[in-house]
Parts: sequence; C-alpha cells; structure tokens
Amino acid sequence: MDVIHDDYQVQFDEASSTVRCQGSFRLHGDEYKPILDLLINAADMKPATLTLDVRELQFLNSSGINTLSKFILQVRKHQVSQVVVRGSTRFPWQEKSLINLQRLLPELKLAIE
Amino acid sequence: MAQTFGKFIEQQSGHGEYLKIGFYPTSIPLQQRWRNNGLSADFLADYLSTFFPGDDPASAERKKEIKDAVSYVANELLENAMKYSYASSQHRVSIEMFLESHAVSLYSINGVAPDGIEPFQRFIQRLLSEDLDKLYTEQLERSAADESGAASGLGFLTMLNDYKATMAWKFSSPAPNSDEVAVTTMVKLPV
Repeated sequence: MDVIHDDYQVQFDEASSTVRCQGSFRLHGDEYKPILDLLINAADMKPATLTLDVRELQFLNSSGINTLSKFILQVRKHQVSQVVVRGSTRFPWQEKSLINLQRLLPELKLAIE
Repeated sequence: MAQTFGKFIEQQSGHGEYLKIGFYPTSIPLQQRWRNNGLSADFLADYLSTFFPGDDPASAERKKEIKDAVSYVANELLENAMKYSYASSQHRVSIEMFLESHAVSLYSINGVAPDGIEPFQRFIQRLLSEDLDKLYTEQLERSAADESGAASGLGFLTMLNDYKATMAWKFSSPAPNSDEVAVTTMVKLPV
C-alpha cells in the first residue's frame, strides 16, 4: 500500500510504525487521496509511538499541509499514539512550517536535525 | 475602478530587475497544467538565487532560504491562479517577480468568477485585520475537518505567518464597461 510515484514516495514501515515521505508534494486536491489513506491507516493502527519522517520531503504545498493536518486530527481522535515528526534543516520550509502541526496536537514531538 | 486591500504597491514592468511568465489558463486542462506550476516556481526561485552570490556558509544559507521561500510562494500563487481562474475569462494568468534592494515582490494576476469576489474579499479582510496566529489555527482545524477539500486559505496564511510576507490585493476590470474582474495578488518577501 506504499505510494510510489516519480516525484514522491510514501512508505509505511509497520515494524517501526514510521511513515516516510520523500520527494516533492505539489499535488492537486484528489491526488492526495492515496497518501491520506495511507496516513489514516497508520493512525488507525494506534501504535504507542507513530513517527512521521519527512526529512527527505523537499517541498509541501498548502494542500499537502492540509493532508498532514487530517492525519494529525485522526491521531488526536484516537488519543492513543504519541506522534514524532522528524524533519531536517536541509529544507528551510520544514523549520518554518512543521511547527504548525503542534497547533492541532500540542503534545506532538518535533525533532529537526 | 480598482479596489485595493492592504498596502498595494504598483510595479512597472520595464524597470529594474524583473521576470514575467504568462499562461493562457484554458488552453490545456488544469490537471496537465499543474506540474507546470512547480516548474515555473522553481525556475523563478533558481533565477533569483543567482543574484545572491557567495560561497561562504552564511551566504549559502541565505540563498537557500530565499530560494525556498520564492519557490513556495510562487507555486502557491500559481496554484491559486489556475484553480480559481474564471473559465470564461479572457485574462491570461501571469506571475511577475521584482527584485528590490531589501525585498522580492511577486505579483500574480488572474480573472475571478463574479460569485467568487465577495467571499474572497471577506477572507482578505480577515487576513488583514485579525490575529494571524488565531486565524491560522482556526483555518487549520476547519480545513483538516472538511471532507470536501474546499478552499482553506492556508497558502496565504503560511506566506504571512511562516514566511513573514506582506500581502495586498487589487481587484480591477481589464477594460472600461467590462464585467470581468481580475485580481492581482502581491506578496512581498523580505530578503
């Protein structure tokens, strides 16, 4: 159920409860559906710790911010998992915008390296 | 007559350093056009970064920041312009970038559907008058809970909040006695 495309890839590693996003998320509306389905599925497994690794995600448009927000909302609904978001200083948007996810889930842990 | 929101600054093509890209939105379907938005945004960002030379770590970091910001803003402006461009509009969609001494300004122009003008202007007034922090959280909650994937305004809020941009808008008719309305969105980024 991984999402593999020329410009972006999303993989869910069930063993480590980690969703890895890579490439460039500049999709249009419904194009985000397969990615959202994968994220919601990961949230619905209700692991103790759920990691969202975006260190290799070069770009995220506002529809992508919306998609990640829906994922965070699903985790918040279950009230079970601790979310860890792993980012990188290599892509400046990550330091600027990932923190906004804490608006939806203040206990979300943000690790930018 | 033109109506402006925020501190709109008129720019004149032909002065200083600038780059303009024009599109005819109805010529190919939106889906096929979409990829072009990213390519155009990256082109603008790459082009601009050559004006910020220097290989020392501080200059390289500054260049990376500017490139990232222009790429995000230009892509959002183009996505909005393509998404909301009025189908019957004779207006081309365009994006212009001006390099100034302490800022980069981007201007996108697109036609607006008549019934879209009022809600858009209401949202602009909220962006210009309300507490951004509160508004950002409100819109994030609202759009994340919304199944329809309707307009969220998150692109504009990200520019204002995360990229510290100054924004303004101008609504005008392209010709006298024309019912058509075009909106120019101005985004000024500090550099």
